[in-house]
Amino acid sequence: MDDVRLAERAVDTDARDIKFQCRDVQVWYGEKHAIKDVSVDLLDKTVTAFIGPSGCGKSTFLRCLNRMNDTIGIARVEGQMLLDGENIYDRRVDPVQLRARVGMVFQKPNPFPKSIYDNVAYGPRIHGLARNRAELDEIVEKALRGAALWNEVKDRLHETGTGLSGGQQQRLCIARAVATAPEVLLMDEPCSALDPIATAQVEELIDELRATFSVVIVTHSMQQAARVSQKTAFFHLGNLVEYGDTDDIFTRPRDPRTESYISGRIG
Amino acid sequence: MTDATTPRPHPASPAAPVRRSLLIEDARTKRRNAAERRFRAYGVVAIGLAIAALVFLLFTIFRDGSSAFFQTYARIPVAIEAQVVDPAGNRDPAEMQKVLTMGYGKLLDNALAAYVEENGIQIEGLSERDLSTFFSAQGRADLRNAVLADPALVGTVIEAPVMTSSRVDGMFKGRVSRDSAARDAKTSVAQYELAMAMEKQGDLQTRFNWDFVTSTDSSDNRPEAAGLGVAILGSLYMMLIVLVLSLPIGVAASIYLEEFAPKNRLTDAIEVNISNLAAVPSIVFGILGLAVFVNFVGLPRSAPIVGGLVLTLLTLPTIIISTRAALKAVPPSIRDAALGVGASRMQTMFHHVLPLAMPGILTGTILGLAHALGETAPLLLIGMVAFVTTYPSAPPEGFLDPASALPVQVYNWTQRADPAFFERASGAIIVLLAFLLAMNLLAIYLRRKFERRW
Ligand SMILES: Nc1ncnc2c1ncn2[C@@H]1O[C@H](COP(=O)(O)OP(=O)(O)OP(=O)(O)O)[C@@H](O)[C@H]1O
Ligand SMILES: [Mg+2]
Repeated sequence: MDDVRLAERAVDTDARDIKFQCRDVQVWYGEKHAIKDVSVDLLDKTVTAFIGPSGCGKSTFLRCLNRMNDTIGIARVEGQMLLDGENIYDRRVDPVQLRARVGMVFQKPNPFPKSIYDNVAYGPRIHGLARNRAELDEIVEKALRGAALWNEVKDRLHETGTGLSGGQQQRLCIARAVATAPEVLLMDEPCSALDPIATAQVEELIDELRATFSVVIVTHSMQQAARVSQKTAFFHLGNLVEYGDTDDIFTRPRDPRTESYISGRIG
Repeated sequence: MTDATTPRPHPASPAAPVRRSLLIEDARTKRRNAAERRFRAYGVVAIGLAIAALVFLLFTIFRDGSSAFFQTYARIPVAIEAQVVDPAGNRDPAEMQKVLTMGYGKLLDNALAAYVEENGIQIEGLSERDLSTFFSAQGRADLRNAVLADPALVGTVIEAPVMTSSRVDGMFKGRVSRDSAARDAKTSVAQYELAMAMEKQGDLQTRFNWDFVTSTDSSDNRPEAAGLGVAILGSLYMMLIVLVLSLPIGVAASIYLEEFAPKNRLTDAIEVNISNLAAVPSIVFGILGLAVFVNFVGLPRSAPIVGGLVLTLLTLPTIIISTRAALKAVPPSIRDAALGVGASRMQTMFHHVLPLAMPGILTGTILGLAHALGETAPLLLIGMVAFVTTYPSAPPEGFLDPASALPVQVYNWTQRADPAFFERASGAIIVLLAFLLAMNLLAIYLRRKFERRW
């Protein structure tokens, strides 16, 4: 981690708006209590990293933020998760509408087996974001530029998206998520299938996305968390152990469990 | 750490292992390899047996059945005698209708007698009966139809091909020999020699017989005229009904069960019962169809609609099982991707999952149809065995007309006495196999065409 980036990030984060306000969130998978009493405020225009040992509930919590856990029959969520002050688990909320505002990028690149163009245009199409072809073209180009993929694919937009390299596929998935103009972008280990160069590209991208979105990223790499995030949350056995500025977590952890984890003693 | 440098013996083994050459198989490896070779040999033997059985089956069917596609016709001058076919003498078709097929038989008998005389054919013991049974009853009927259609033929001599009887036909297909003719009440050595003499003159020809594929079934006394037309139409109608009903119902049911249904006792029970239904003997579906569609709803017996409905019930479990397997095989990451950009469950299903599952669904459907096409037992129960000599009309009315079905026709013909029917049964199997082969090829083609990688 270079000092310039650290210094850059030292901006005062507390002044930013709260995007997600989570209070006493509990998640059960059947009998298994996977998330216990988690309360956390996720900030707008900020990259928040979730770290913690495998199985501690990072993905579970992340998937609660756009109700992807609804697709798992045995999952049960309690507590409050307020997006801009509205509880996303309110009975009146349609998860489909929510997911248009809270986009998601998955661990494994999962482009649709369609053309690159159709991959990106799918979201805008089903949400009616474009009135005509020209507008759609524009959205697609903007999303692909935003995902730093435009220059590589602009001549092959109608080739299939699954024919791209792993890193390109992941950036395509990011472009797809960005194209629906979400307010929050959830990323579950987006770089775990990527090589260092592609990882660097995606990280750079995340840093740029922060200007427009609130980004939440799950990662197993301490370095990555330190590089890209301003806020870090450390989970352990379903509990949120420590949440604070990334610098503080990595330099002055308050909880002994956090310290052991980041120094590589538990995991 | 000392034990990092010295080779450690396995905790269970008493002594340190002796290092052996890699070039020599030890006893354990030898045994393992022998077992592997043995297993491979079993496999080869099993496949060999299966192929041999298949080849034998195809060989016998083609040996017995290919002759059904050929038929022997005589081409001799036939005088259309006016006093026989038009006793009233006014060429009025209404009057001529009164002369029955028997009357035209006399024309053919006379023509054959004249032919024998003219060509100086001398055969010992050639009787009237040999002449009158030489031609098929269908030959007379054809002649009558030709004359009624064109009364101008009366009084002329025509030279149209006339279908010979099944025995004469059999003489050129190896079914009837000189010896067997001597023992056969329906033919004689004299008739055999007459046929051979005519063939030598070039007046008997065996040619490809489209009528076998297109014409209707016929009664026991003219097996040579029996054809598959009604059975093919009936099978086709039923397949149409099965396809139109079972594909949408099956796919809708699978999608619901796979994607939307809550997982509880009820859906578990439904799931188990669908699998059970696929294993229910088909005759049970026949009984059900008889009770429900014929006796309760009151649909006509032997109608393709009833057969189609019964076969739909029969294929539905197959289609549902294969469709669900195809839906399950679509990677969950695709669903996640679609849901993640805010697609609804319906959109996820129809935009992404269904297209990817399509090859599997189509393959399952076509194989289900192929299964239904060959199904016989339930059709016997709902009366599709009836002897039908008129074509069903065009759909949709035709769905209610009596018809037969290919496998039932095979069964029916094997039950009849005349060897010509047996030959036709094998011929019908060839047609059935051709349809099945075509459907399987279609399934392969569709799978290739729609297959996509992800
Ligand atoms: N679909 C599920 N059904 C039942 N239990 C689940 C399910 N998904 C996760 N769990 C359980 O919930 C706990 C948290 O899982 P989760 O996937 O959130 O962990 P994670 O922190 O993302 O781990 P990793 O870093 O390995 O991805 C685990 O103990 C896991 O076994
Ligand atoms: Mg995870």
